[in-house]
Amino acid sequence: MSPAIGGTLNRVDGRFKVRGESRYSAEVPVTNLAHAVIVNAKIASGRITAIDTSEAERAEGVLAVLTHRNLGRVATVPRLLPSLAGLAAPGQTFFPMQDDTIHYGGQPVAVVVADTIERADHAGTLIRIEYETTPATTLLDQARDRAYVPERIFGGLLPGHASRGDVTKALAEAEVCVDATYRFAPNHHNPIEPSASTAVWEDVDRLTVYDSTQGPNAVQFTLAELLGLPPISIRVVSHAVGGSFGSKAMVWHHPAVAALAARHVGRPVRLVLSREQMFTSCGHREEQEQQITLGARADGRITALRHHKLSLTSPFDDWAEPSLQSPSVAYTSPNYEGVYHLVRGNTITPTFTRAPGEATGMFALECAMDELAERIGIDPLELRLRNYSATDPESGKPWSSSGLTECYQRAAELFGWHDRDPRPRSRQDGQWLIGTGMASALYPVTQPVNPQRARARLYNDGTAVVEAGVSEFGTGVFTAMTQVAADALGIPVERVRFVGGSSDLPNVTAAVGSAGTSAVGSAVHLAASQLRDELIRRAVADDHSPLRDADPANVEVRDGKMVLRDRPDVGETYADLMHRTFAPDVEVLGTWNPPPQDAGYGVHTFGAQMAEVAVDADLGVVRVRRMVGVFAPGRVLNRKTAHSQLMGGMLWGLGQALLEATRMDPRLGRWANASLGDYLVPVNADAPDVVVDTVEVHDEVVNPLGMKGVGEIGVVGAAAAIANAVYHATGRRQYELPITLEKLL
Amino acid sequence: MRPISYSRVADVGTAIGTVSADPESAFLAGGTTQVDLMRIYVEQPRRLVDINDLPLTRVEELPDGGLRLGGLARMSDVAEEPAVVRRYPMVAEALLMGASPQLRNMATVAGNLMQRVRCSYFRDVAAGCNKRAPGTGCSALDGINRGHAVLGTSECCIATHPSDVAVALVALDAVVQTEGPAGRRSIPIDDFFLLPGQTPEREHPLTHGELVTGIDLPPLPVAATSRYVKIRDRESYEFALAAVAVAMSVAGGRITEIRLALGGVATKPWRARAAERVLDGAPADTDSFTRAAEAELASAVPHGMNAFKIELTRRTMVRALAEMAQREGTA
Amino acid sequence: MKSYQAIRTAPAPDSAVVRGPGEVAVRLRVNGETRTMSVEPRVSLLDALRDRLELTGTKKGCNQGACGACTVWVDRRRVLACLTLAISCENREVATIEGLAEGDTLHPMQQAFLDADAFQCGYCTPGQLMSAVALLAEGHAGDDAEIREWMSGNICRCAAYPHIRAAIRRVRDEQGGSGAAD
Repeated sequence: MSPAIGGTLNRVDGRFKVRGESRYSAEVPVTNLAHAVIVNAKIASGRITAIDTSEAERAEGVLAVLTHRNLGRVATVPRLLPSLAGLAAPGQTFFPMQDDTIHYGGQPVAVVVADTIERADHAGTLIRIEYETTPATTLLDQARDRAYVPERIFGGLLPGHASRGDVTKALAEAEVCVDATYRFAPNHHNPIEPSASTAVWEDVDRLTVYDSTQGPNAVQFTLAELLGLPPISIRVVSHAVGGSFGSKAMVWHHPAVAALAARHVGRPVRLVLSREQMFTSCGHREEQEQQITLGARADGRITALRHHKLSLTSPFDDWAEPSLQSPSVAYTSPNYEGVYHLVRGNTITPTFTRAPGEATGMFALECAMDELAERIGIDPLELRLRNYSATDPESGKPWSSSGLTECYQRAAELFGWHDRDPRPRSRQDGQWLIGTGMASALYPVTQPVNPQRARARLYNDGTAVVEAGVSEFGTGVFTAMTQVAADALGIPVERVRFVGGSSDLPNVTAAVGSAGTSAVGSAVHLAASQLRDELIRRAVADDHSPLRDADPANVEVRDGKMVLRDRPDVGETYADLMHRTFAPDVEVLGTWNPPPQDAGYGVHTFGAQMAEVAVDADLGVVRVRRMVGVFAPGRVLNRKTAHSQLMGGMLWGLGQALLEATRMDPRLGRWANASLGDYLVPVNADAPDVVVDTVEVHDEVVNPLGMKGVGEIGVVGAAAAIANAVYHATGRRQYELPITLEKLL
Repeated sequence: MRPISYSRVADVGTAIGTVSADPESAFLAGGTTQVDLMRIYVEQPRRLVDINDLPLTRVEELPDGGLRLGGLARMSDVAEEPAVVRRYPMVAEALLMGASPQLRNMATVAGNLMQRVRCSYFRDVAAGCNKRAPGTGCSALDGINRGHAVLGTSECCIATHPSDVAVALVALDAVVQTEGPAGRRSIPIDDFFLLPGQTPEREHPLTHGELVTGIDLPPLPVAATSRYVKIRDRESYEFALAAVAVAMSVAGGRITEIRLALGGVATKPWRARAAERVLDGAPADTDSFTRAAEAELASAVPHGMNAFKIELTRRTMVRALAEMAQREGTA
Repeated sequence: MKSYQAIRTAPAPDSAVVRGPGEVAVRLRVNGETRTMSVEPRVSLLDALRDRLELTGTKKGCNQGACGACTVWVDRRRVLACLTLAISCENREVATIEGLAEGDTLHPMQQAFLDADAFQCGYCTPGQLMSAVALLAEGHAGDDAEIREWMSGNICRCAAYPHIRAAIRRVRDEQGGSGAAD
């Protein structure tokens, strides 16, 4: 039996998905269901002075109209802590409809409950609201002079300011300097499944919420605090989630609103956000600007990096996506300074958006590196190699594993990098200018704080159920966990069923920060391994077993049969042992205690990105012709699903580079393109064929299976590789994303 | 969406009679604009009259050698109609570059002409918009207007007409056939689309209950050498940033016949008559093309974010004309 | 295997009877079965399928014709259920993802999507599949450029696009490579 790990098992939930049978959170059948629709503020700052709900209340089928005047109060709004911490994780420390103040455009101001979705939706338009409007800040340019450096960002987990060495002195002494400012449009996640919550009160203190989330337990803990209930009162179920990309990583207001509304009307309530509401209800990648100053010696060795970021946050929270972390350790750089500057504006608190921080921070750094390479006249890849750091430049400690140089080498081979003529505008294909570019990819390996648990149960027919409270939002985690459990138990994948998607299951962290599969995978590996060991222990202790008195260390399991390692003909199956000993099943709870973040190693995931673009010489249109990404994500559990995630990430980078921008109208304080017709994401025709490969690195530090995650690193550097390719094609540097055609006319 | 009543009719007379008798009613054909705009309260009829069963779906030969596109012919069907592909390639190309395959299976060619603008302020009932709510001001003038028009604008409205196929139809001098309470009319397509002026809410000359029954393509040999060029951010499924419909004949290095229209840059499908005047009889070379584009765009007015469209259109025109001339030259 | 052909069923000789605005009995043929429900005329085909008939395989991504997740066939042409009124589908044939497989046997396109890993979260997948099967029947899968263009009405935010193309190529080639089937 060949190991399942590392194979290409089809998704275990795939049959349901291609048949349309997977039930996403708005699709779970519930009897006596009512539908809720949220009504949003049309101003960005001010106060509700009058609200008339009488016409809405009289409308056919309406069960309730709830506003700040009659919606239940929340008990406590917990502190903002990334959901990886495993605790309550609200997206912001503000909960709407508790008073008459309006802090941002799109803030919920009312919720209508009716017997059908059409009636709820229409009644929402019958509510008359009067506002007193106060001036709003919705763009960086409106409030640069009010910027401040926060003590800490990101839920208090990261410092607002960091430095090493003397960056000012080093820059003054540098032989070559690159100084550039990069601007980034806001981005929205736009999973195709809008967020949805269905709240069912089975009793006054018994609530089930079907919720589209990256972390059922995070929703449970957050709802417990908001509703003032103990966790035992709340069950959160997430059977299938239609994409997230960070929009469902934190817990926003809608599940609690659904629960409050359901309690109010005494019926189950389903609340589905509209596409437009997805732009104002679950965070976004904030508008930002980054300034990079690179100092180097004439041979390209970096001596100093100064990296400042200015971004817009909400009135409530010091949120900035951590753009400076990965760039600070990408290359040897003895002198470093990184500072976050924030401006408070009238916005919902921004949030994780796939490769949160790295997507923008590494864009800035890798574009500056391209400029530096040109300035000193060496190949961009050679520049990276000269600055490769074998240790974590921040701590000086060795990497737990790297593989970066192998990634460069493999990507260069696959792409044909070394044939490249470095001169801009050196290749043309008819009307198209052809260019190639590259970038490094880095993504931190972030450890969950708390123990991660999974349960494994073996039945006496030799089949096993493995459970953990993780949700499946496209990562392939259910499939990978099936493989991990099968290998640990020594049985084929067909005999394993993985069950996830409920807060009643053993507690694991929300699957965020590319850490989800590692966290639950470690727990599943331990649970299944301990279960196997328990069966072996019972066998060697059983007088009737052929393995009686054998050394457990000399017993292995092949296809469900425990055998002596050196005498595979001696042994018995799990089923034989369990039947003989009248055991219907055997069950083990596995607990993985993650190592501390600082375990004596630098922990990062690395990769290399290359892209070829064609730029219409006259019209400025940019089309990506091919992309190559090679990554070293540690152990790959499933090559098929992992490559899909990496490929998807790279194409996200394409969207970030060329298309994606949410545009704020500062007069209205609202997004002007909150739709999938106007916020452009790549369509099939935009997506070139993508070559993805992985470099094997063995990592014994991060977790028992040596996994480092594939969910986000695919995004990192992809946009930079494209922008650098655009420069190579046209001779024009790009300092603003997305690179729309007017920038190349 | 408001509550609505619904009826389905099987003949043109009943359809017209039903809608014209009820000021709060509207036709329902493909629904891709109607249902979309009703859902966001930009359109609020109380009654829909479903005309999908009317016998107006065919593409027919006309006695003069032209072609009649039935008003209810689906975009996808017209695009694959051999007579259209062969005799009016730019019509087929424009159809296929519009929307998505699913939408093209739904949307009718008449509905395509009647579609409303994609201006986000028009679609946002909480924003000022003279087209949707006359007198409330144009939010796009100083707003997010990257996609807005540079030709045919007024201080009341700068929304771009979104249709692709209408651009080709305007270049061909198609004729819109209608039937209404007052009988039948033939409306030259250039008169069918109205400039916003002071009355952006008026987009066409139809009366309530008047139905577009067909669109006539005149017999035009030059149309067989025509094409539609569309420039957009995304490679597919997006409205134009700039588009050019061109039909051209070249003999002895000179342009003997030219038909040119612009899309994505004007408040109506824009017949480029100034450019045509420059090109008619001119050498088929880059200099002529450039002069023609500049003549047409002399009246263009930028508004903030969309200033680039003037240069983009100029270059797109030159590109389209040059490629057409090259094809003609080598044909 | 279910066939897909661009044919139109005969129109119903319906008179101009006014129905609604309250709930009216609407009878639909969905996946070959007749289903009756009481809905207001404003109810979309999408909401009728999902909320009234419990056919939740058809997905709601944008509800405004911009994503393709709600792609179904009406009279064997791929259309968007979100911009279609349910009542307007009386006397027409509606087909959804739930009708694509033959019992336990997946449609070849479903199997190809599974094998090629042509989806991640799976939410756009039913729409992709209904488009992909239609695409082959339309004869629009001749080469990759054509597939890319004619599959661009279905947004996949997980960006499985290259794998979606691979799945379509496989089924096309298994069917004889013409791109036109049935």
